[in-house]
Amino acid sequence: MSELTLFLIRVAYLAILWIFVLSAISVIRSDMFGARVPEAARTGGGKAPKPPKQPKPGKRRTVPTHVLVTEGSNVGERADLSAGPVLIGRGSDAAIRLDDDYVSTRHARIAASGDQWFVEDLGSTNGTFVGTVRISQPTTITMGTQVRVGKTILELRK
Amino acid sequence: MAQQSTLMGFVHRRRRGAELFLLVLALAVGIGAYAAVGIGVQGEVPPDILGYGGWLAGLVIGAHVVIRLVAPYADPVLLPVVAALNGLGLAVIHRIDLAREAIDRPHGFAQQQLIWMTLGVGLFVVTLLAIRDHRVLQRFTYTSGLAAIVLLLLPILPGIGRTINGAQIWIRLGPFSFQPGEVAKVLLVIAFAGYLVLHRDALALAGRRVLFVDLPRGRDLGPILAMWLVSLGILVFQHDLGSSLLFFGLFLIMLYVATERPGWLIVGGLMFVGGATLAYFLFGHVRIRFDIWQHPFDFYTAEQGGKSFQPVEAKFGMGWGGLIGRGFGNGDPNRVPYAESDFIVSSIGEELGLTAVMAVLMMYGLIVERALRTSLICRDAFGKLVAVGLASVFAIQVFVVVGGVTGLIPLTGLTTPFLSYGGSSLVANWVIIALLLRISDQARRPLPTISDDTAAFSAEETQIVRAVSA
Repeated sequence: MSELTLFLIRVAYLAILWIFVLSAISVIRSDMFGARVPEAARTGGGKAPKPPKQPKPGKRRTVPTHVLVTEGSNVGERADLSAGPVLIGRGSDAAIRLDDDYVSTRHARIAASGDQWFVEDLGSTNGTFVGTVRISQPTTITMGTQVRVGKTILELRK
Repeated sequence: MAQQSTLMGFVHRRRRGAELFLLVLALAVGIGAYAAVGIGVQGEVPPDILGYGGWLAGLVIGAHVVIRLVAPYADPVLLPVVAALNGLGLAVIHRIDLAREAIDRPHGFAQQQLIWMTLGVGLFVVTLLAIRDHRVLQRFTYTSGLAAIVLLLLPILPGIGRTINGAQIWIRLGPFSFQPGEVAKVLLVIAFAGYLVLHRDALALAGRRVLFVDLPRGRDLGPILAMWLVSLGILVFQHDLGSSLLFFGLFLIMLYVATERPGWLIVGGLMFVGGATLAYFLFGHVRIRFDIWQHPFDFYTAEQGGKSFQPVEAKFGMGWGGLIGRGFGNGDPNRVPYAESDFIVSSIGEELGLTAVMAVLMMYGLIVERALRTSLICRDAFGKLVAVGLASVFAIQVFVVVGGVTGLIPLTGLTTPFLSYGGSSLVANWVIIALLLRISDQARRPLPTISDDTAAFSAEETQIVRAVSA
C-alpha cells in the first residue's frame, strides 16, 4: 500500500476521533442551552410556586423564616431557617427535637435551594409525608404545606 | 448544596437519540481503528472486521437499549465516550499483538480484552437492572467498607495471592488472575460517601480549632480514618504505589466536598509531602522511581541496570510519533515493555501522535465533567458524594498514569481506564459508569412537585379528618 494512502488513512482516522470528541461536546452544549424551561418557571420568573392562599392571601412571595410544629406532642416548637438546613428528629443534634415515638433519631431535613424549600427524608423508619404522599426524594414545600413525621405535623411559617 | 437554583430552572430532556448518534460515531472510532490497524500492519482490511464490528456494535447497542428501558433520563455522553475509548484500546492492543506475532511471541491480549469487555458490559447491564435507585447503596456503607478491606487483603493470603512485577496485588482463581483492588475502589467510594453523608455536619461543625483547621471530634472522624488507613497500609505493604496515591486523593477530595472545609486540602497536602518524603527514605522502590524520574538516562542501558528502559523507550516513541504519529503499523510500540497495559498512552502517542493523545485526554475530561455535573444536579447528598468520588477516581487515575508515562510525575503503576489491557480494571470501570448513569438518571428526571392544588386539597382533607375526630 502506498505511503500516500497510509497517510490519508491516518489523517482520516484522527479526523474521526476529533469529530467524535467535538460532537460529544456539542451534545453537552445543547444539553445546557437547549433545555426546555417549564411553563411555570418561566411565567413565575423563576420564583417559587405560589404558596397556598389560605394563610394570608395578600402576601404571596414572602419568604418563610421558621419551621413550626403545628400538631403533635411538641406543638409550638420552632426552628429558625436562616441558620441553614433544619434537622428534624429525636436525636440530640436535631434542630427540632421531637418526643414522638414514631419519629427516627435523624428523621428528615428541611433545606433551601435557591428560593425554594425542600424536605428530604433521611432514611426514617416511618417515612415523611407531604400532604398525603410519602416522599421518596427531596420534595419542594411552600409556606403552609403540612409535612408529617410520625404523629407530628410541621409547617413553614413566616 | 444551595447553588442549585440555576440548574433547577429547566427540565432535562431524555437525549437518547443524541446518545445513539454519538454511539454510531464511537463505533466508527473503534471499528475504524481496527480497520486502520489491519491496513497499516497487514496491508488489507482484516477479514473478520464484520464479525468484530458486529460484536462491538451488539455490545454497545445492547447497553444503549437497556439504558432506554431502565434509565431513560441518564446522561447521553458517558456511554459513547466509554465505548469509543474501549474500542480504541482494543484496536491498539490488537496492534501490539500483531507486533508480537511478527517476532514470534504471540499473545492474544486483544481477544482476552474483548472477552473482558463483554463481561464488563454484562455487569454494566446487571448493575443498571439491579440498582434502580442508587440510594439503596447507602444501606451498605459499612458492609462495602469491610468488603473493600477484605478484597485488598486477599492478595496477601498465601494460597491465592500472586506477586507480579514486585507488586502483590493479584489473586489467582483457576485460569483467571484478578486485581481485587479495582473492585475495592468502587466499594470504598460507596463506603466513604455513605459515612460522610451521615456525619458531615458533625465533621464540619463540631470539634476544636487547631491552627487554621477545625479538627473534628475523634468519634466522628475515627471510623473513616481507620478504614482509610487500613486500606492505605495494605497497599503500601503490597508495594502498590499507584493505588495508594489514588485512595489518598479520593479520600481527601470526598472529605473536602462533604465538609466544604478547604483546610482539609492543606492538611492533606502536608500529609502527602510528609508521607512521600518518609517513603523516599524508607523504601528502596520509591527512591528508585524518584531517581528515574529525575535522571532517566542514568538508568537506561543494560550496564546501568536498565531500570528506566521502559519510560525512556516510551518517551522515544512519543517523540518519534510527533504531532500526527507514525500511523498504525509504522511505529514500533512493542519496544516498550507492557505497552498494552500501563504504557498504552505511549503506544497511542507513537502511532497516532499528540493529536490522538489530546483527543483521548479530552474524552477522559468529558467523563469527569459529566460525573461532576451529575453530582451538581443530583438532589440527594449521597448521590452527590458518590458521583464526586467516582469522578475523582477517574481523574486521579488518568493523571497519575498519563503523568507517569509522559514524565510529568514519577511513574507509578495504574491502568489507564478503558484503554489498558486488564480485565479487573475494565470490568470495574464499566460498573462505575453504570453507577454514574443511574445517579444521573435520578438527577435529571423531572422533579415530582406537589402542586399547590394537591397541597391545599390535602390540607383541607386533614382538617375534615380533624373535625370528625374532634
